[in-house]
Amino acid sequence: MKGLLKTAISLWLSTLAACSDVALNNPYVQNEDQGKVIYSSFSERPKHLDPAKAYSSNEYGIIAQVYESLFQYQYLKKPYQLEPLLASSMPTVNYFDAHGVQLSGQPSASDIAYSEYVLTIKDNIQFQPHPSFNVGLHKRLPDAWDGESLYTLPQSSRVLTVDDFIYQIKRLADPQTQSPIVGLMSNYIVGFKEFSQTQAALIDNKPQLDKVRRLQSVPMLGVTKINSTQFSIRIKGKYPQFINWLAMPFFSPMPWEADAFYSHPVLLSKNITLDWFPVGTGPYFLAENNPNRRMALSKNPNFHVEYYPREATDQLAKKGLLKDAGKRLPLTDKVIFSLEKESIPYWNKFLQGYYDASGISSDSFDQAVSFSPSGEVGLTHSMLERGIGLQTAVTTSSFYLGFNMLDKVVGGDSKKTKKLRHAISIAVDYEEYISIFQNGRGVAAQGIIPPEIFGHIEGEQGVNPLVYRWQNGPQRRSIDEAKKHLVDAGYANGIDPATGESLVLYFDTMDSGPDSKARLNWLRKQLDKLNIELVVRATDYNRFQQKMRSGNAQLYMWGWNADYPDPENFMFLLYGKNSKALHGGENASNYKNPRFDALFERMSSMENTPERQKIINKMVDIAREDAPWLWGFHPKAFSLYHAWYTNANPNLMANNSTKYINIDPQLRRAYQSKWNKPVYWPLVIIALALLLLLLPAYRIYRRIENAKAL
Amino acid sequence: MINYILRRLLYVLPVLLGVNILTFVLFFVVNSPDDMARMQLGDKHVSQAAVNNWKQQRGYDLPLIWNQQETGIQAIKKTIFFEKSVGLFVFDLGLSDNGRDIVADISQRMWPSLAIAIPSLIFGVLANITFALLLIFYRGSYLEFGGLFVCITLMSISGLFYIIAGQFLVGKLLALTPISGYAPGMEAFKFIILPVVIGIISGLGSGARWYRTLFLEEAAKDYVRTAKAKGLSELQVLFKHVLKNAMVPILTGIVVILPLLFMGSLITESFFGIPGLGSYTIDAISSQDFAIVRSMVFLGSFLYIIGLLLTDISYTLVDPRVRLN
Repeated sequence: MKGLLKTAISLWLSTLAACSDVALNNPYVQNEDQGKVIYSSFSERPKHLDPAKAYSSNEYGIIAQVYESLFQYQYLKKPYQLEPLLASSMPTVNYFDAHGVQLSGQPSASDIAYSEYVLTIKDNIQFQPHPSFNVGLHKRLPDAWDGESLYTLPQSSRVLTVDDFIYQIKRLADPQTQSPIVGLMSNYIVGFKEFSQTQAALIDNKPQLDKVRRLQSVPMLGVTKINSTQFSIRIKGKYPQFINWLAMPFFSPMPWEADAFYSHPVLLSKNITLDWFPVGTGPYFLAENNPNRRMALSKNPNFHVEYYPREATDQLAKKGLLKDAGKRLPLTDKVIFSLEKESIPYWNKFLQGYYDASGISSDSFDQAVSFSPSGEVGLTHSMLERGIGLQTAVTTSSFYLGFNMLDKVVGGDSKKTKKLRHAISIAVDYEEYISIFQNGRGVAAQGIIPPEIFGHIEGEQGVNPLVYRWQNGPQRRSIDEAKKHLVDAGYANGIDPATGESLVLYFDTMDSGPDSKARLNWLRKQLDKLNIELVVRATDYNRFQQKMRSGNAQLYMWGWNADYPDPENFMFLLYGKNSKALHGGENASNYKNPRFDALFERMSSMENTPERQKIINKMVDIAREDAPWLWGFHPKAFSLYHAWYTNANPNLMANNSTKYINIDPQLRRAYQSKWNKPVYWPLVIIALALLLLLLPAYRIYRRIENAKAL
Repeated sequence: MINYILRRLLYVLPVLLGVNILTFVLFFVVNSPDDMARMQLGDKHVSQAAVNNWKQQRGYDLPLIWNQQETGIQAIKKTIFFEKSVGLFVFDLGLSDNGRDIVADISQRMWPSLAIAIPSLIFGVLANITFALLLIFYRGSYLEFGGLFVCITLMSISGLFYIIAGQFLVGKLLALTPISGYAPGMEAFKFIILPVVIGIISGLGSGARWYRTLFLEEAAKDYVRTAKAKGLSELQVLFKHVLKNAMVPILTGIVVILPLLFMGSLITESFFGIPGLGSYTIDAISSQDFAIVRSMVFLGSFLYIIGLLLTDISYTLVDPRVRLN
């Protein structure tokens, strides 16, 4: 121990002394930055890296680079468009009636009992090298294996087959997998639910059957292998959004060998499971996985031929995003994700050049962003000096304030309660909210559909007339107009006739910490404009969720991130049959309007046509009139990039965008060296100060030693 | 002494059982198995069937502490409490609710915690004792006054400030150490030096004042006067006699925390990106992972008890008057 310490200190001191140009504060291991490396981070360890279970953005940040789906979103195209990835072409969709007869032409949704997606995969796609493909290792691991890394075991690979896709769909239905979309897919894929029930019975009755044999022993009715490169998925009715699900990691191919390999008890005892060590066909493989410290992706040597796109929107082409057009992907060799729990060290390390990209926290917003007199967003001088770039994009998310439509005071479809909701909609000034709490990073919502999703209308046509009037842009209606609505609602001047005092409304929230105090006070003040008293009922996460599930909240705040870029993925949040309290769905306001529901059922099975747009417009109008939500805002993502980090494009649907990113390592090294020159003189001053202190100390010491003891 | 140790070890069982019951009650007062399932399964598209399946897979579909559908001992055994607790007493911590092996996680995360905690403790105690003895040595002089002023100042500043200021000054402005991060082996040195130095400085004020109080008490005793009368130098008196006689309370403070060192420090590890055990329990509480919470509380209690026992034993080593009966 003593020797080790001595060596470590001498190493560090010799580095200090000898290498004055070497960055001593480099947080990475020496010689790690060989080749093109992306440096990123994670603040909490991902819960799952199994594509059947993972469903959050931090998980997708890793697994979408390792697993590939049949389709992907075109990186440089807007609006969002799908293109084949592991599929060789877009699917052929056949429609059938209830008798199983194939329908020709363009049948109406009501005639369609089943849709069949015929999917063809590319030839000769290889999985990454992985020990699971050495079937001999499934039963016995080498005695000499140290258990440190999977990649010290003998590796092999094989060609992707349609069986791997079918196996993954079966895994989704397997009760042991516990996929979050099992309930949803049970409603669509033919035979999915029955397969799940059969597997549950097999688990109980034949526990000796291993997982692979159990899943392979029973077919799933709606999923059929046609030949070695084709298979079909049959779904109930017409559901055009199904193809978007096929572009998500849930439907990535999974080799059965992976499941068999990871069931080895030695691996399980070392936390080496399929949930943590993926096996995919993607541009990278997970070479290092320590979710307690860092994870590293390395270039997959077996990655199939894929090139950087040659086409882009004019805007993106002008930004230089076609510089690498036609180059083989991925453009980098390695991606390192380091654990970084706190935003302050992350930000400082970004400024030192040790992270390539960064979001902007509220703490560092003023340091990074400035607004011109005309209100245009730009970077501060210090950021520009460092060659940092800024990209902004309105996210496909909505954060709203909802009314519980089952509540007697604010809910229901009577004219009085509608007027009350209209009054509150005007009074709660979301532009102010965005300015105060979001540093201006957001767009006040005019309806349920965010920008860049089909159905969203920009400009005057898209304004919510009940809350805004158009005067060179949307202008929030005056508080006097809100008060008029309040009179119509029976609460003149905010007075509740039943009590003779201010109307009292209740806001249920799980935000109770000091950070949320300002936000809650702001909300109180908004309703105070109408002389309505807002009582905040703060509770913990569990109780809040329970209140929402039982329909006992009155006002609440909630948000939704798009699963896929289709209006159905937002409109279904207001569909009556999705009521959270009544049906356990995602309609947290428990809104129900038969006209809206009927239109939703038509719209949800339509392609993006002008006719669909008309229906969406009607639905938006109905929802605005009923006002089950204050439409809230769509957050704007601000991202900073260093000069050596290129091709970044905020495509919010493309989870697999890492393969397009390029790095200039020489430029990075030059900047890092410039920004991180060690400064030694303060150490010398401290040492001198301590030496100076010794002088009086010595004098007093002499005096004490020379003094008489008694 | 062996009898004493055995008796103390036997006390461990009821204490641990009590701690386990308390943890169980406190956890399930706040979280139901349904809440745990929903937390693990996420917010979107989660059906009650999926929740029930999750509970069934992990044994949370049983009654909490009493199974009315069973009779006799099975009414106790077929419960969440029994099934989740019994393994702990043979240190079988099992899997987390997220499916990870808890022992493997702990054995991986304890080393970075120890890499920070051990040097912080050793150098911290040495610095505190030296500083306290110097304060005694210079008592009555302006150096003591200055030293006490420094102590009070150091005590008055929040621990978080030391970390942020240290990272800013040493990591950013002087660029001498990484702001945060960790690497195993020899590479760890450059990452732990800053948190260790900050740990020592932030604890110096209170530590030195505490030891100074102990030493002052000792310095007023007769044997010190005798030693001085015999002609021993002030330094010899302090470092040889006073220090040795003040060891009992010093050991009380140090030995009891020795086993707990590997539990780590939440704030230090969080800000320095150290992958230790400091945030393991807090993260588990946030994600409602009962398996980790019960394991860590159990382990913490056990280690604390062991620490107390070690303290008692260490008394006999430094003070021959103490007998363990």
